[in-house]
Amino acid sequence: MSDASYPDGLYYNEEHDWARIEGDTATFGITWYAQDTLGEVVYFSPSAVGSTIARGGEYGELESTKAVSSLVAPLSGEVTEVNEALQGSEATVNDDPYGEGWLVKVRLSDPSEVEQLLDAAAYQAHLESL
Amino acid sequence: MSFTSLTPADLDQMLRAIGVGTVGELFADIPATLRFDGDLAVGPALSEAELWAHMSELAAQNVDAGRELSFLGAGIYDHYVPAVIDVVMQRGEFLTAYTPYQPEMSQGVLQAIFEYQTAICELTGMDVSNASGYDGMTVAADACYVAKLATGRDKVVLAETLNPQVRQVVRTFAPGFGMQVVEVPHEGGAVDPAAFGAAAEGAACAIFAQPNFFGVLEDAPALADAAKQAGALAVAHVDLTTLGVLEAPGAYGCDLAIGEGQAAGNPLAYGGPHYGFLAARMALARQLPGRIVGETVDRTGQRAYVLTLQTREQHIRRERATSNITSNQTLLALAGLAYLSWLGPQGLRELGERCLALAEHAKARLGLPPAFAQPTLKEFVVRTGRPAGEVIAACKQRGVHPGYAIGRDYSGLDDCLMVALTEKRTTADIDRLADVLDEVLHGVPA
Repeated sequence: MSDASYPDGLYYNEEHDWARIEGDTATFGITWYAQDTLGEVVYFSPSAVGSTIARGGEYGELESTKAVSSLVAPLSGEVTEVNEALQGSEATVNDDPYGEGWLVKVRLSDPSEVEQLLDAAAYQAHLESL
Repeated sequence: MSFTSLTPADLDQMLRAIGVGTVGELFADIPATLRFDGDLAVGPALSEAELWAHMSELAAQNVDAGRELSFLGAGIYDHYVPAVIDVVMQRGEFLTAYTPYQPEMSQGVLQAIFEYQTAICELTGMDVSNASGYDGMTVAADACYVAKLATGRDKVVLAETLNPQVRQVVRTFAPGFGMQVVEVPHEGGAVDPAAFGAAAEGAACAIFAQPNFFGVLEDAPALADAAKQAGALAVAHVDLTTLGVLEAPGAYGCDLAIGEGQAAGNPLAYGGPHYGFLAARMALARQLPGRIVGETVDRTGQRAYVLTLQTREQHIRRERATSNITSNQTLLALAGLAYLSWLGPQGLRELGERCLALAEHAKARLGLPPAFAQPTLKEFVVRTGRPAGEVIAACKQRGVHPGYAIGRDYSGLDDCLMVALTEKRTTADIDRLADVLDEVLHGVPA
């Protein structure tokens, strides 16, 4: 299990999902706090490649040994890639939530939505308020 | 008869233990307006001796397959239930209809369920089985919902040669699942794979029976293949007691195997309760309803059993659950496990061979024209040339139940009699059936 970290340069929503922006695409994953709270991830059920997801809507489910959580999209767009490497080794989400444990890649339909997300400092402030 | 002591001293002791003064206080929370005040119109209480006499008199009016010769089947079969099964079932540790609710409680029950699941998977050729369902009908409805979740489609295709009660229950459940049901008619006692495949286009699943309701052996691999070519899940409704001689559904590509478990280890019991089984390929495990027991090791490395994949269930996933079933027929399924273990692979093979041989002998001995040309197993349909209901009534007057009037469920088969042969029937029984039918059909004295 990794140590708590909230990298600068990523954007966060209050539902503990992060987005890494590269041009008009973004990679989504869950934060260290989210994976720590869920416990060992055992199953990942993403939205299919080609499906459209809306900011604030669901883009899949993560299942741990004790709970199932909906993934809340930080931004809107179309799913272009799903992290297939997680199938059968879902605990990568726990070990490396910001790297190999990424979940989906999305072609953004409205990049300006980024302005509504939190930066690392604001997200950590949000965590402290919980 | 079992006996439960309830002396005034017993009652006092129980009330004291829970800190209540009288039995009436136990009902104090129910408002007086909702309570029945008066005497029930059931007459005075009988003494134990009077009750025993009364119940014996009622019981004597029952007819069962131990007293009168029966060739009835049509989904429920009079196979022999070895004595060992009742001994296992009567153990106090097992005497509950329910799967456990706490994941690790009752290791013995969990182990029994795990072994039941293992037996079902081995016989059907599937990867994962649940802890059992209610009966062979409700598991068919369950399979439809699994298929809907897995495929996102909402059409169900049923072979008309499935047990009519299975089709009726699926049609009852389907609207609640938002699903539509399409039936594929039989042609000469079996379903044409091409017609089955055409109907399965755009369907979530396509369900057929092997052997089918008529006892006929379908071209099951072709039906499964036709369903899959159409993008539907292939579902086989099978009889555990035939799987010693028939190929396992998993071996010919089925995605789900379901069925009525009664024939394996449950007595006729006037038609129920019995148990259903539901097994699937691993890819469908998360859509499978009901409890599933897994084997693991505890923190000291010892083998242990635990309810697994509970995140599918309603108490965790709430309205998004893929399993909304919490009870099943654990005790009757346990009887099934005891039966399958007791017979073993060789016993199941011999059982299937014996039923097959007896049925072939009966066909020849009765000499009535077969309704269908295909090979059959355990059960077959013949034409009597007269309304089958009349033939059956006349035979019953002579103490023989010759079979089932299939015209009750299918048009054009009013003169057809469906005869079931289990290993309990003998060649002498078949001779008697032949003689009685001769007498009824041709007026030849017995």
